Amino acid sequence: MRFFEYEAREIVKRAGIPVTDFGFATTDQQAREIAHRIGGPTVIKSQVLTGGRMKAGGVKFADNADEAAEYAKDILKLEIGGHMPRGVLVDPKVEVRQEYYAGVVWDGLRKQPVMIFSPVGGIDIEQVAEEQPDKVGRRHFSTIQPFSDYMAKEAIASTGVGGRQLTRITTVLARLARLFVDHDMTLAEINPLGELEDGSFVALDAHMDMENEARSRQKALLAELGVGDEETREAREPTEFELAGEEVDSMDHRGVAGNVTEFDGDLGLVIGAGGGSLTLFDAVRAHGGRPANYCEIGGNPSVRKAAGLAKLVLQKPGVDKIAVMMSIVSNTRVDIVARGVIKACLELGYDPAEKIAIFRIPGAWEEEGFKILEKYGVEYCDRSVSMHEAARRAVEKIQGAAVA
Amino acid sequence: MSILIDENTTFIVQGITGREAVNLTRECIDYGSGAKVVGGVTPGRKGREVHGVPVFDTVEQAVENHGGPINGSVVTVPPAFTKDAVFEAIEHGIELIVIVTERIPRGDVAQMVELASARGARIIGPNCLGIIVPDVIKMGGIGGPAKDAAKAYSWGPVGVISRSGGMTTEMSSTLTAAGLGQSTAVSIGGDAIIGSSYAELMPLFEADEQTEAIVIYTEPGGRMEAELARYVTEESTRKLPIVAFMAGRFMDEMPGMSFGHAGTIVEGKEDTAAEKIERLASAGIVVAEEIAEIPDLVKERLGVAA
Repeated sequence: MRFFEYEAREIVKRAGIPVTDFGFATTDQQAREIAHRIGGPTVIKSQVLTGGRMKAGGVKFADNADEAAEYAKDILKLEIGGHMPRGVLVDPKVEVRQEYYAGVVWDGLRKQPVMIFSPVGGIDIEQVAEEQPDKVGRRHFSTIQPFSDYMAKEAIASTGVGGRQLTRITTVLARLARLFVDHDMTLAEINPLGELEDGSFVALDAHMDMENEARSRQKALLAELGVGDEETREAREPTEFELAGEEVDSMDHRGVAGNVTEFDGDLGLVIGAGGGSLTLFDAVRAHGGRPANYCEIGGNPSVRKAAGLAKLVLQKPGVDKIAVMMSIVSNTRVDIVARGVIKACLELGYDPAEKIAIFRIPGAWEEEGFKILEKYGVEYCDRSVSMHEAARRAVEKIQGAAVA
Repeated sequence: MSILIDENTTFIVQGITGREAVNLTRECIDYGSGAKVVGGVTPGRKGREVHGVPVFDTVEQAVENHGGPINGSVVTVPPAFTKDAVFEAIEHGIELIVIVTERIPRGDVAQMVELASARGARIIGPNCLGIIVPDVIKMGGIGGPAKDAAKAYSWGPVGVISRSGGMTTEMSSTLTAAGLGQSTAVSIGGDAIIGSSYAELMPLFEADEQTEAIVIYTEPGGRMEAELARYVTEESTRKLPIVAFMAGRFMDEMPGMSFGHAGTIVEGKEDTAAEKIERLASAGIVVAEEIAEIPDLVKERLGVAA
């Protein structure tokens, strides 16, 4: 879960890392007041969960409070990459002697967090790593031994940074590493970390990403930041269709009808499970099909839940038929899903044989499931028909229907 | 032979009184020559039985009752309690831990993996269905009820490693239908950090005489395929032919969105499906376009008529 810059800076500040005297505003009047309090030139930055703010005109430099208010007014109306800003950050413009980079991420192969440090900051760290690899220091650290500051010192010293800078930055990087672990972050980054004229260090921008799975145990921090449970912070806001999908999934606690994602095609998909859905979605597209949605059923959903999902997909504008497909199931029952999708068709006044392009779910209770499908004349297949072949048949049917 | 487990493997089920765990215990006892499930642990439920398996409050009691070291544990406790359960198993000498639980924060997984590695234990998962040695033993829900597992899996020369539990069965079933059995199939889990990756299991398969080829299922996210490609190129001691299948190719067009398993969120350029396929191919690993192609690709590489 991503944080807005103003939240990320607040997290950094709470961890004891110096930040500028910034403020967050949702109106131009508030921006004026903050700029007035700062009392000098300011930077007005759009608060959106997407990159490319500078290029889009979402960052502006103001000389005084009136100008700050004027820029804030413009930026608050400016959509960037499909996102409207949550507000603006008003930041004092500071004189910086040098910009550094400090970050912590997970290394999935080493299975440990790694601190990354560079005396070349303010730009993309990947670019620095490519162009000046000796200017990037890395240090993995244990999550069962207590964190010790020397680990941060090693990352910094390996880039050639010494003297007073070394000792001062060590404090910052060590605090960043601790907050990364304490708050279940998947990314904690200060870029740039500014060295001011007086030799002090201050975080000038911060990026934080928290693991979704850990939200429940980070409730205190989230509450202090005012982040509600309903905020998913996905790459895009959920659509009405997707929200309705979540409602279906929360109907009861039996099984999952999850990750319902909207696409703009004509073939509705009732597919599962995790790996099976990825495979089937690819398969439909490989055969020239246009999926209307993505989803993942599994964990043996109730008839009601399977029917709810099928109904939702069948009612989506532009959907002509649905394909009900999964990899071989061992937990989910074939007959229950069959009952669910047939129920959905009947309740909407459709002929299941017409609306269900194909049913390919082999596995547990398949004989019972196939019997029901046969009764309603729905085309089904067992494991001898591959997932790709089933997808091909579904696509063929819907394209045939479109021609007719 | 097989890797990780065989007919003599003893294991416990932590969280054994949960609904899924009760089913899983039944399935393991019924399958093959019958798994030696020597105990179950659910705090506060000591004295009960699950399909004849005695339930204890602690792992310590289970080990004491067994009267000797226990080889493995299947962990099915809720995410908030998993780390504690795994620490408990490791500290009582259990050397193979299959973590079924999903949605465990990475920080906890990293701690479990680090402790396991310090104590010489191995973790499979989290968010996995376990391990199966066809016709012999299964440890975890992999393949489902014994009769369903028997339908999909058969004894033979192919080692299977998969980030998706369901696809482990789909691929094995496809191999079985084509006359290609499996030596051992391992569902390694779909999370961003897992106990055992492809490259970490390869030396085990290479040391297993029965295994002659490897089939893997992969997804976008993470760098485990790059690690495998590097292992095959630089470290492999026995060049086993590897056939891979990659799902979720469509995700390349949708950066920042998460589908399938937790590990699939695409965060950077390194993670795309297209780049993974390229990396695998450059290490001599053939990437199948669909599951149905896998048996013939394996046969070609084994020099068997398709």
